[in-house]
Amino acid sequence: MINNLNILLPEIFLTLSIFTILMIGVFTKKSFNLVFNLTSFIIIISIIIILNVSDKTVKIFLDSFIRDSFSNFFKILILIASLFVLNSSKNFIIDRNINKFEYPIIVLISILGMFFMLSSNDLILFYLGLELQSLSLYILASIDRDNLKSSESGIKYFILSALSSGLLLYGCSLLYGFTGSTNFDLISNSLNKENTGAIFAMVFILVGLAFKISAVPFHMWTPDVYEGAPTSITSFFAVVPKVTGLALFIKFMFIPFSSILLEWQSIIIFISIASMILGALAAIVQKNVKRLLAYSSIGHIGYALAGVATGVVSGYESSIIYITIYVVMNVGAFSCLYLMKKDGKYRENISDLSGISKKHPLLSISLLIILFSLAGIPPLGGFFAKFYVFSSVLEQKMYALAIIGLLTTVISAFYYLRIIKTMYFDDSIITYDVVKNKLAQTTILISCSVLITFFLYPSVLNKLVNSLFAGQ
Amino acid sequence: MNFPILSTLIFLPMVSALFIFLSKEQKNNSSATYISLFSSIATFVLSLFVWYSLDLSSPEFQFIEEKSWVNDYIKFKLGVDGISILFIVLTTLITPICIISCINSVKERIKEFLIAILILETFMIGVFCSLDLVIFYLFFEAGLIPMFLIIGVWGGPKRVYSAFKFFLFTLLGSVLMLVAIIVIYWLTGTTDITQIYEIKIPKEYQNLLWLAFFSSFAVKTPMWPVHTWLPDAHVEAPTAGSVILAAILLKMAGYGFLRFSIPLFPVASEFFTPLIYTLSIIAIIYTSLVALMQEDMKKLIAYSSVAHMGYVTLGIFTFTKQGVEGSIFQMISHGLISAALFLCVGVVYDRLHSRLISSYGGLVNYLPKYSFLFVVFALAALGLPGTTGFLGEFLVLTGSFQKNYIVAMLATIGVILGAGYMLWLTKRVIFGEITNEKIKNFKDTNKLEIFMLTTLASLVIFFGFYPAPLIETLDVSVNNLLMNYEQSLNNIKVVSND
Repeated sequence: MINNLNILLPEIFLTLSIFTILMIGVFTKKSFNLVFNLTSFIIIISIIIILNVSDKTVKIFLDSFIRDSFSNFFKILILIASLFVLNSSKNFIIDRNINKFEYPIIVLISILGMFFMLSSNDLILFYLGLELQSLSLYILASIDRDNLKSSESGIKYFILSALSSGLLLYGCSLLYGFTGSTNFDLISNSLNKENTGAIFAMVFILVGLAFKISAVPFHMWTPDVYEGAPTSITSFFAVVPKVTGLALFIKFMFIPFSSILLEWQSIIIFISIASMILGALAAIVQKNVKRLLAYSSIGHIGYALAGVATGVVSGYESSIIYITIYVVMNVGAFSCLYLMKKDGKYRENISDLSGISKKHPLLSISLLIILFSLAGIPPLGGFFAKFYVFSSVLEQKMYALAIIGLLTTVISAFYYLRIIKTMYFDDSIITYDVVKNKLAQTTILISCSVLITFFLYPSVLNKLVNSLFAGQ
Repeated sequence: MNFPILSTLIFLPMVSALFIFLSKEQKNNSSATYISLFSSIATFVLSLFVWYSLDLSSPEFQFIEEKSWVNDYIKFKLGVDGISILFIVLTTLITPICIISCINSVKERIKEFLIAILILETFMIGVFCSLDLVIFYLFFEAGLIPMFLIIGVWGGPKRVYSAFKFFLFTLLGSVLMLVAIIVIYWLTGTTDITQIYEIKIPKEYQNLLWLAFFSSFAVKTPMWPVHTWLPDAHVEAPTAGSVILAAILLKMAGYGFLRFSIPLFPVASEFFTPLIYTLSIIAIIYTSLVALMQEDMKKLIAYSSVAHMGYVTLGIFTFTKQGVEGSIFQMISHGLISAALFLCVGVVYDRLHSRLISSYGGLVNYLPKYSFLFVVFALAALGLPGTTGFLGEFLVLTGSFQKNYIVAMLATIGVILGAGYMLWLTKRVIFGEITNEKIKNFKDTNKLEIFMLTTLASLVIFFGFYPAPLIETLDVSVNNLLMNYEQSLNNIKVVSND
């Protein structure tokens, strides 16, 4: 039993520290700064702990909890992403008066939920983790409670997400009914194509997961929530839950549903194409940068799902690489929003960017690099992400998916170019306040330098990701 | 040779761009200008050295550099042969001239402009050096970013439309090429073109793959009917942008046909030859007629570029020695001449800020030196014997006569039309009545302008009379290309006869 607890160490550490800093937050006055810094510290410690555990696959608690290199990789990715998202948004949080000490703690709780989701090998543990994560996200979406838009987005997210969780739970119960087990391995063994009921259940689970990563046609909440929630929350939403959702997609495809891959595949191909097309077309008419990024993230999830749709390990690897680079780009893109401050207010319309390249050359060149990378233009990191995904798609001879996907990148290039046009070609009307936001600037710098230098060693990520599937 | 000379050649401009980026703002940005000028001349000298030390008797790729890149299966492989070295030298020659032209014409944000030009140079040299399909695609596409900014930031009134059109047209063509590259990788297990030359791609795949590559190269060449982005881009781009676009970016496609389409897909190349002939002939005749009707000088030269590139594609797909050598020669010659013509337009544009033909007239009375040079380039563009323009067209026509009479005769019409629009342009701009009083106050070309234009003029005339250095450089490589092409066609015929 004690050995088992050892395997749970990251989760236990995270839980205990959440309790501790919650107490610290309650009993000290004006504790936001302290709790915030402690949170960053806890995240770093967690990364170190996970780095130090062995990569061997271990299953504990009646095989319901699994620790393997796959879950470890995603846990580290989530922690690093959260670290950058939180720190780059610190000044923003203070400026917007949402600097309550609960903020970082709730973020940590949602990370804990994600940890359990990633490590689950059982439907019940998976669902518990999902709910823990979702409940924290509902609170985060409406954390600026005096703001009408933020509350609205929180409620919208809550209702729709609760519905999808319900569907997912229904799917889980059906799956249990048809296979007689909640354990992923046992489900996988007893599934086959004749089991129509289980395929039915699979569709429900798929819907629930697709909602969490906002894939079309379950994307409706995304633009509103992205726009309504404070930018710091939006950037968290855009990055961290997406990573988890995609990891679970891969996990489900890899273990419980591996024997009904074909049925599952055709649905994912549809979702992927629909997301790519909608993400590309709907973003064209947006005027708000956050809404635009919402649609662009829908498109990017489409590309990542194209890798998942291949149904082979190399495809999963490519979508993991894709989502990793996506994290780097989006963290950078949102950090740029923290620097767009005028007269004490943060601007988020595309027109507010007009001509900033003259007054703010560094901000605009960073945004330029990030946007070209999002558009997938070589030699930036985003190109390699797309290259890997489409190369594994073409390996499976799915020509239509690849060609549609690449054509949508041309369409989506249009709206990224439109922002660049606003920054560089239009006349200057806006000068932002001088923002001393070292944390956001560092984040942008790191993001841009990763994207630029990625082409020197494009296989760094590959080796890491290849090792995730080596054991299986 | 152990020293990575090609990587140095590629990344030298980019490193100097980094220096400019980090250098402090000064009055007139003189440090930025000097750094960029110095580094681009150094690159030019280095490329001349590569040319000099290239073993011309061998058709093999030389100065090969190989590094493992993506997962050990895609290599970062560079190398040059007799064909690519000419384009590299052309690139490194045109870039310093562009930088000199910026000193006069670019008034604002010159530092950023120079950075964009140098980064673009890196990507252009990279295109001509790469021996791997993925690397080629990387450089080919990356060039869009600086060019998009050059047109959009420093361009004319309709710059946004032109920049978007340029970017999206090219990107749309290229994504299909990316699909083809990945498919080739899964077919052959490599993207190293020297290995694919040996492996040979299965016949049933060739046609589709050829079309995918063609979609990219046709947009870039540009061939009729996807040429419409070019006049817009040329008209709105600043002088240096137009020069690079006409002199080098368009040549990437012709180079791509030679390096990829023909050796990789010989069967498909033969199959699609009628298509290329038709499109080239339409390009030559139709765009020449369109050029006749233009009011805008830059637009006229842009349309004439489309017509000249028509000769290039025609020549390449004759698969005769004269045709292929002629089209490479035509590309180099067009690189020099169109660059010079755009510079000439830039010279008067800096003075009057108009590109309309009707606002000029009688320039010869006040700008004699300029007029002399302009006439030289106009005559070279229409293919006067003694200039490079003549030799290129002559060789292409000789090549195409061997293959198809009618095509060659139709192409010859283009020569006449070319003479028509160039001479008429010269008549209206240089000679004739003085219609605009402001011309009387013009100063003749200054030293920098004279320097740029005479350099190009002397090259045009020198290689027009003595083309041997160029022809000798590419001779062996072209022979090798054609030999491999015929061999693989014969092999496939033998197989199908069995």
